[in-house]
Amino acid sequence: MKITQKDVEYIAHLARLEVDETLVDKFAGQISRILQYIDKLKDADISGAGLMAGAALQNNVFREDVVQNSPGPDVTLANAPERHEDFYTVPRVVG
Amino acid sequence: MNLHKLTIQQARAGLEQRDFSSVELVNSLLERIEKLDGEIGAYITVDSEGARRAAAEADDLLAKGKRAPLLGIPIALKDLLCTKGVKTTCASRILEDFVPEYDATVVSMLKKAGAVIIGKTNLDEFAMGSSTENSGFHITRNPWNRDHVPGGSSGGSAAAVSARMCTAALGTDTGGSIRQPASHCGVVGIKPTYGRVSRYGLVSYASSLDQIGPITRDVMDSALLLNVICGHDSFDSTSANVAVPDFTSALTRFDTDGLKGMKAGIPKEFLSVKGLDPDVEKFFNNARNTLEGLGVEMVEVSLPQTDYAVAAYYVIAPSEASSNLARFDGVRYGLRDTSAQDLIDMYKKTKSRGFGAEVQRRIITGTYALSAGYYDAYYGRATRIRAMIRDDFNRAFENCDIIISPVAPTPAFKIGENVDDPLTMYLTDIFTLSTNMAGLPGISVPCGFSATGLPIGLQIMATHFDEMALLKTGYGLEKTLGLQNKFPDI
Repeated sequence: MKITQKDVEYIAHLARLEVDETLVDKFAGQISRILQYIDKLKDADISGAGLMAGAALQNNVFREDVVQNSPGPDVTLANAPERHEDFYTVPRVVG
Repeated sequence: MNLHKLTIQQARAGLEQRDFSSVELVNSLLERIEKLDGEIGAYITVDSEGARRAAAEADDLLAKGKRAPLLGIPIALKDLLCTKGVKTTCASRILEDFVPEYDATVVSMLKKAGAVIIGKTNLDEFAMGSSTENSGFHITRNPWNRDHVPGGSSGGSAAAVSARMCTAALGTDTGGSIRQPASHCGVVGIKPTYGRVSRYGLVSYASSLDQIGPITRDVMDSALLLNVICGHDSFDSTSANVAVPDFTSALTRFDTDGLKGMKAGIPKEFLSVKGLDPDVEKFFNNARNTLEGLGVEMVEVSLPQTDYAVAAYYVIAPSEASSNLARFDGVRYGLRDTSAQDLIDMYKKTKSRGFGAEVQRRIITGTYALSAGYYDAYYGRATRIRAMIRDDFNRAFENCDIIISPVAPTPAFKIGENVDDPLTMYLTDIFTLSTNMAGLPGISVPCGFSATGLPIGLQIMATHFDEMALLKTGYGLEKTLGLQNKFPDI
């Protein structure tokens, strides 16, 4: 699969990335080569193979839903780039 | 006395007999870091003050007769593991000033066992790479030859152990990131079974593949560290509630005669891999002969999906990465671009300023593989091939106890050699990434040196939760070859 500069820009938008203009062309070439290599998966005979869930153990994990202490806003928001009282702030979303 | 040269076992004996103090041990390593790390670049953060304080506390406890497995022992941590109050950068500009509010479970376990955290080591940004050249801050050089990479992504930890700038270290392994740098730096590294070690507080790259493990000077030290960090943790839902054997005392009692009658599988597909270096092949055969001399029987096994493993891995790992790394959006922690006018623009500008090229490439590849219309062709197929890889291993282990192979196709390559060619770099993971796909444990143990003096490791793999087989075989090999006493002349 070959992807174009336009594809790179579109996928980057989906991933909320803004690829530097000087890198778009380079990325298109490199990612095309990676995808061309990955395309060999199409030759694999996967008939009868299940989807893999769980690397070593196959069991599901349950626990009781018990209320525990929370670290509180000062700890939770300690690394906030910007905050207002006990809230994270972001650029205005609605007009 | 050259305290920096001591293994955990030796340092522990010296500390308990009061031959020297933990503060002296820490100071000896800090002096070495001061002298050498400008050139090697193994560390991102050296916590001299915290380490000296913890060492003094350990000395007080030792004086009172207290004993613990790592009491007063200086350990370095890959900078992907959260440390309360100490910067955790993941070698990324996006987390350049991030100071966690909590310790990763493994860090709490180390501290509980008395360890002194000496610093945080360099890596490929978010563990994405095989050379530590993708660090957002600086490269790390191989202590055996500074023109070569130390391997990656745990290159800082492997280089620090190899250059005697810490007594031991922890790394993480998603596709070979502990075993390959351990091999390239001439030290021992273990990727435990998926679920053996809690991932709580490990910044996620590919959650279904990531695992934390030890990087040490010898096999016994790895056993000791494993005993400290393995165990169930309710904070990680993928953590296994499986009993942890006493690896250390089993090795203490172990005699190499114990390997007699063991069966080692050699995957026929691995030795026909293109680009296998003659020295790597030579020392693989030498290690195999050594094990045969210890009574290990060699059998041929087949891992038919080997040809598809790299392709499947480079769908699954970037797909998980594209999801995991979406959290670095400038809202809750890390970098925020303040020039943006709206929310979407802030996300985009923050990530693009904060993430390096390889991270962006993998996010784009992963987003593409998961996007509408491509999911079945890429992620769906890769996940099925992953199940087939696991089944291949299960079948192979019906005829053998362990599987052996080289760790990497070549010794450490030169700095800059593969930097613009991500695909070639990806292909060097061929021998290691299948164990991550299958969730199996693997170890790298030094088995020789190339003609140019670069270390080469042997990989040993075993069934789920049988780290004991890795340790025993590795220990037998180490005792016979005696390479644990060789270290770079710096």
